[in-house]
Amino acid sequence: MPSLNHFLVLSAVLFTIGTAGVFLRRNLITILLSVEIMLNAVNLTFIAVGRFLGTVDGQIIVFFVITVAAAEAAVGLAIVIALFRHRDTLSPDAFMSLKW
Amino acid sequence: MDGILFYTFGAIAVLASLLVVGQRNPMYSVLLLIVSFGALAGLYVLLDAPFAAVTQIIIYAGAIMVVFLFVVMLLNVPREEPAPPGLLAAARGRTIGTILAIVLAVELVWALSRVREEWFRPGEAAERLTSVREIGVALFTKYAFAFEVTSILILVAMVGAVVLARKEAADERR
Repeated sequence: MPSLNHFLVLSAVLFTIGTAGVFLRRNLITILLSVEIMLNAVNLTFIAVGRFLGTVDGQIIVFFVITVAAAEAAVGLAIVIALFRHRDTLSPDAFMSLKW
Repeated sequence: MDGILFYTFGAIAVLASLLVVGQRNPMYSVLLLIVSFGALAGLYVLLDAPFAAVTQIIIYAGAIMVVFLFVVMLLNVPREEPAPPGLLAAARGRTIGTILAIVLAVELVWALSRVREEWFRPGEAAERLTSVREIGVALFTKYAFAFEVTSILILVAMVGAVVLARKEAADERR
């Protein structure tokens, strides 16, 4: 059985990949996907620690995180669609004013 | 055996996530992210959490990613635009982003590799962890309030998505 540290380091790597995606990409949809990668890295941490604590609490928090991720995806994508209607682009650089 | 599975699933998850970030076409990114989620579901099974693994596949890969796919197809923007001139030059921005990501990786790996398993009270019986019954009991007793609040969150998100994404009615009214 791999140790707890294996899982924690793996989730750290995944979280960093997600963060790098938010930094590097210039496409709102890919940025939202990177946020999903980060959420999943955190889920992995919760389940790994829950497993080594011997409780189901980790899995239950993952359940709530998935729910929040669903809500975030729905609202985030609705905002992306609304923004795309205004500017015909998905580049975050196009949306720098608060009002137009 | 567990070690082999861990490294296989871990490598698939990391590679797929890297490709998600590396792709310019969001369609491929979404499909690759589903692969990454599948590998993570495998890791959850290794961690005695089959319920979380199944939830991951059905809700994450099955439902949330389909929403993403719909939006990618609806907007139909297969290419990423080059950075407009006058902003931070693209190459410089990319270098800074990569450096920040590497710093974050070093920090996280350093901090997390100092975690000791002895800090956690180890292993009660594993069948308590894998049982969906245990999860259900905890969800509807200890976490009952949070569970009910979640339903309001979903309702708000649903209404919010409909309001945000509809065609501008305000312009027609004017």
